[in-house]
Amino acid sequence: MSAATATETQVSSASAEWNASEPIISIKHIERDFVADDGSVTQALSDVNLDIRKGELISIIGPSGCGKTTLLRLISGLDKPQRGEVTFKGHEIEGPNPERGYVFQQGSLFPWLTVEENIAFGLKAQGKYKEHKDEVGEYLNKVGLAGFEKSYPHQISGGMAQRVAIARALIDHPEVLLLDEPMGALDSFTRADLQDRLLDLWEKYHMTMILVTHDVDEAIYLGNRVVIMTPRPGRIKEIVPIDLAQRDRVSDDFTAYRKQLLTKLHFNVHNHD
Amino acid sequence: MSSITADAVKSPASAVKLDARDAQQAASALKSVAVAAEEVASGVEAKRKEQRIVRAVPYPFVVAFSAAGFVIAAIINLVFPQVAPVEFKQGQIWIFLLNGQEAYLFLLAVLTVLYVVIGVVDGRNPKDAARFRYRAQFRFVAGLALALWDVTGTKLQVLPQPFFPGPSQVMEPFVTDGAYVALNTFYSVRLFAAGFASGVILGVLTGVLIGWFARAYYWVFPVLKITGVIPAVAWMPFALTLMPTPFIAAVFLLLICSWFPVAFLTAQGIQSTPKMLVEASRTLGAKTPYILFHVAIPHAMPSIFTGIGMANSLSFLTLVISEMMGQPGGLGYYIDQAKAWSAYNEILAAIVVMAVLFSLIMKLLEVVRGRVLRWQKGLVK
Repeated sequence: MSAATATETQVSSASAEWNASEPIISIKHIERDFVADDGSVTQALSDVNLDIRKGELISIIGPSGCGKTTLLRLISGLDKPQRGEVTFKGHEIEGPNPERGYVFQQGSLFPWLTVEENIAFGLKAQGKYKEHKDEVGEYLNKVGLAGFEKSYPHQISGGMAQRVAIARALIDHPEVLLLDEPMGALDSFTRADLQDRLLDLWEKYHMTMILVTHDVDEAIYLGNRVVIMTPRPGRIKEIVPIDLAQRDRVSDDFTAYRKQLLTKLHFNVHNHD
Repeated sequence: MSSITADAVKSPASAVKLDARDAQQAASALKSVAVAAEEVASGVEAKRKEQRIVRAVPYPFVVAFSAAGFVIAAIINLVFPQVAPVEFKQGQIWIFLLNGQEAYLFLLAVLTVLYVVIGVVDGRNPKDAARFRYRAQFRFVAGLALALWDVTGTKLQVLPQPFFPGPSQVMEPFVTDGAYVALNTFYSVRLFAAGFASGVILGVLTGVLIGWFARAYYWVFPVLKITGVIPAVAWMPFALTLMPTPFIAAVFLLLICSWFPVAFLTAQGIQSTPKMLVEASRTLGAKTPYILFHVAIPHAMPSIFTGIGMANSLSFLTLVISEMMGQPGGLGYYIDQAKAWSAYNEILAAIVVMAVLFSLIMKLLEVVRGRVLRWQKGLVK
């Protein structure tokens, strides 16, 4: 009991330092290099600055090799920058933490665990499965997978597997959900369905979401802001705020945004060649 | 039923490929009776259909067919004259006085009853019934093969003696010397269980250490790589001199021969844990020990079982060789003794016991593997 109280006070004191009007995630002057086996150095990220407010849904878009996944990994704590800092609620990120959930591209489910065991993984790993047992079924329903509790990952479709991955991250009640091209390998129908499910979850839980994608439509459809990145070295080229009257993929303003983004992405490519 | 024509019976019967003529003919006749009764009115179309259906022999005949080979073998044993001069020794099993000849007949009776019972039990489930049906031909031919062996080995002794004894002579040691065979079998089982189990446990432990900890890999892996390729029996002289009893020496040999493949494949399985699964667990709040036990080891399980399978075959080999050299008991010891007396029927008897025993052990491992890796069902061939 005393231990639990201690952690609670710690958490509350930590959040006390952080003012909700400040960005929940702050990225300042990030540099990240990778050294290849032959000794050549690739600059994955160069002087990246970005502030993300609580409740925002940010899309990060750019061609492959622009460092968008690296940026997401730095926010989760799976990777560390060489220079600059990434803070979460005013504290420098030390390592991965369930308060920043992460959804991988695909194939991140544990093949030897059933759907419900996959969802319960985080609870069990943190030793709080007993108290939160009931939530497994709850989250299973939330992502529309009731009836598949006992299925193994290879027995369900790719779209369903990604829903399991999302439920698995959500059960830890993350404040930020990091999505690394979660729909990259799905067909367009499944993709549209999953996009709407993500929006529902975002509205319901007032979560902060950061989505890495290479799909311009997806970036506009989901994002409040679209961060455009350019490769070699990876930099933020521009941040485009999205203000759609309604989320409609064929509306005029949607088409206008698409044109704007495509021009910006292509313009950049021509500049490089 | 009475309205069927003669050719409706004849034509499908002749279309069947016959294995056991009597059973098959009766079966196909019966089937075509049923089929013809249903479709006699619908002419040519029906006749074509009938010929296709008739290939499926009724299940009771399949059961009879499976056991028929052994019945034939028994009949041949009873009817065929004993041409070669063979002396059948009598022995006592419990309260029964038997010779090898009678023991062989008893075995055939057991096999007949066994396959009828299995057939009846399998018949209750379509999937099991299909498997039983599939194996029927092999069982029938196995019975015929026994009959052929009986005639050439015991009745006529056309093969060079004493190297090719017949089935009756191979059965003889079980009745004349049953308790001794059982004792040696028990010795082998005990030795195998002790050596193999400790080797597998030690192998998994070593493999996990090597696979997970870079330092353990650095120091232990080269040793494993160099010592692992040496056949365990090469250490026999050391084992026999340094260990307190021959039994412990043999346990030690079995231990090292199963240790190597299990350790090697466990390490490989642990090391091949996908980075993404480890990272996913870290983002879900798992700490390193939890990841080792709940991600790396489960991921390594298929590989561990491959290692256990290899260890299993190596252990059989090591078991028999070490028993043939300096053990006070065991099936290998029994063979070694029989060799001194040129009792080739005893050697074959021990080989039969090994075949049954090792098959059972393999089957047991397969069942355990199937349970542990049930998540793989449908994922791999």
